[in-house]
Amino acid sequence: MTQPLLQVEDLRTHFLSRWGTAKAVDGVSFSVFPGETLGLVGESGCGKSVTCLSILRLLPQPAGKIVGGRVLWEGEDLLKKSEGEMRRIRGRCISMILQDPMTSLNPVFSIGDQVAEGIAIHQRLKAKALWQKTAEVLGSVRIPSPQARLREYPHQFSGGMRQRVVGAISIACEPRLLIADEPTTSLDVTIQLQYLTLLKDIQKRTGVAMIFVTHDFGIVAKICDRVAVMYAGRIVEIADVRDLFDRPAHPYTQALLDSIPNLDEEVDRLYSIEGQPPALHSLPPGCAFAPRCSHVTRRCGDEYPSEVFLNPGHMARCWEAAQ
Amino acid sequence: MTDVLLEAQSVKKHFPVTKSFILARTKSSVKAVDGVSFVIRQGETLSLVGESGCGKTTTAKMILLLEHPTTGSIVFRGKDLQHLTPMEMKEYRASVQAVFQDPWSSLNPRMRVGSIIAEPLVVNRILTSKAIRDRVRELLVQVGLRPEHDDLYPHEFSGGQRQRIAIARALSLRPAVIVLDEPVSALDVSVRAQIMNLLKDLQREYGLSYLLIAHNLATVRYMSDRVAVMYLGKIVETAQTKQLFAHPAHPYTRALIAAALRSRPDTQQEEIVLPGEVPSPLNPPSGCAFHPRCSNALPRCSETLPVLQEQENGHWVACHVAENRTVATSGSFSAEERT
Repeated sequence: MTQPLLQVEDLRTHFLSRWGTAKAVDGVSFSVFPGETLGLVGESGCGKSVTCLSILRLLPQPAGKIVGGRVLWEGEDLLKKSEGEMRRIRGRCISMILQDPMTSLNPVFSIGDQVAEGIAIHQRLKAKALWQKTAEVLGSVRIPSPQARLREYPHQFSGGMRQRVVGAISIACEPRLLIADEPTTSLDVTIQLQYLTLLKDIQKRTGVAMIFVTHDFGIVAKICDRVAVMYAGRIVEIADVRDLFDRPAHPYTQALLDSIPNLDEEVDRLYSIEGQPPALHSLPPGCAFAPRCSHVTRRCGDEYPSEVFLNPGHMARCWEAAQ
Repeated sequence: MTDVLLEAQSVKKHFPVTKSFILARTKSSVKAVDGVSFVIRQGETLSLVGESGCGKTTTAKMILLLEHPTTGSIVFRGKDLQHLTPMEMKEYRASVQAVFQDPWSSLNPRMRVGSIIAEPLVVNRILTSKAIRDRVRELLVQVGLRPEHDDLYPHEFSGGQRQRIAIARALSLRPAVIVLDEPVSALDVSVRAQIMNLLKDLQREYGLSYLLIAHNLATVRYMSDRVAVMYLGKIVETAQTKQLFAHPAHPYTRALIAAALRSRPDTQQEEIVLPGEVPSPLNPPSGCAFHPRCSNALPRCSETLPVLQEQENGHWVACHVAENRTVATSGSFSAEERT
């Protein structure tokens, strides 16, 4: 087996607030292998974005604190690096695409300036060579006539093109891991499909690994190789994408899959999960999904389930699945 | 037909674009909605589908009287809205209600839930204050909340619960039509099904009609009886939900269905990746607005505008290519023929 590119071990990120400690990420472990796409799925507030920000150490300060665990990048712990060392890693080894292309580009700098910034820092290119490389990168995300558009500003681009510019910024320095945090949520469906196809093509060409954060199982089915399902700050199930859809082991995954309307068949009534996701300030001692779970036993309320392996690549944290 | 509740007859909404602020000369206009006709029948759900900027929200705003049509008319229970007396207008406003996308911004954070739901009742002065309080509690129970929740503020609720409050407010005047503008897209995946099921239950119980605006096709398929697909201010295809998904005729509809991601891996589906983006409505392409992105465009697609033609019973398509495929049996679309 190949060595994992990134290994997250028992990561814990807490937010300190007036109302107590919110355990946004509470013991998350997973690894990403070269060239694969790992989907990180869950509802809002389940900790998927905070997990990604913790890997790059970009948490909002001083509220967010990584209180435990390790993030191993090729065997080196990123959590022990200095800020200067982290700056050399961000963008060059691991880069990130944010959700909203309207706010992640600076409106007062030209597109060229913003794409060139990262290249200038990491590759120390100057003037003509830098401009050349920038146009090349923009061309690789299929921006038509990139040379001419370098001098334009974000407001002259449409939503789909802006998101492609954000993509260009993140792949400009040929990173080996790309973290995409819901990059297509603000795009229309036909543009979303264009964008996902583009990301897949880039992956095929460069072999970049991806962590794809989303709440949409359609995207997972389309582009992910493996999937981690998160609930209330923890990973409740990890599996190969086919295993997850065919044999979901955790009741939360099963319920989620059942509650999504299907485009190809008529359903009279959808299965719905009752209740609301729990507040992160006051998590129950046992399984956080227990109050909404239809297979709940007494043990679920008292003890947090340990890892159960259904096959070497398929893990679920559930007492029921253990049986 | 007698059960037609609301009808839009070639409704247009053009927004003027002025050259300078002071001289205010009209240079051109954005044709946000450009000749849209549809009917909503008693107890059914009609969905408007399309990408952003296709005019679905402007259409809904005209139904809610938040915008006035440039031309065309909206007919409710046989009466043209333009010729209503003030009294009838008030009744119309009470019988058409809305639930919006984002329950974080559609509820006033400084009002208690009870007052939010009671506001339409207070404004319309139809009940005594005691009766209003009872009605609010009854509504809270109907949408799956507890009666004692009327004393709380919106921030004390989660997204799904807030959307329930918004639904309770829309129901308070016992409306005939509710405009649902992306009612579940801002909600968490696990609560979407709850809200969709609630809306379906309420529809069955009260015989409500819904005008659903959504971009998620799976949601549309689950919720609606009929679907109208919009592209750049025009309806390009309309049919019964089952018919539309089984036999989409317009190339844009086919592309939309192909672009919708399936919720299972390895699902067989048509691969259509549309080139380019939606053109600006300020300067729409000549002829069929979709022809620059259409893979089977004919020469005349860029010249003449296709009109809606009936292919099968209730299945209308505006496309030259689809016309060629089936021998058109009926004449061009007009509002008279449908009613």
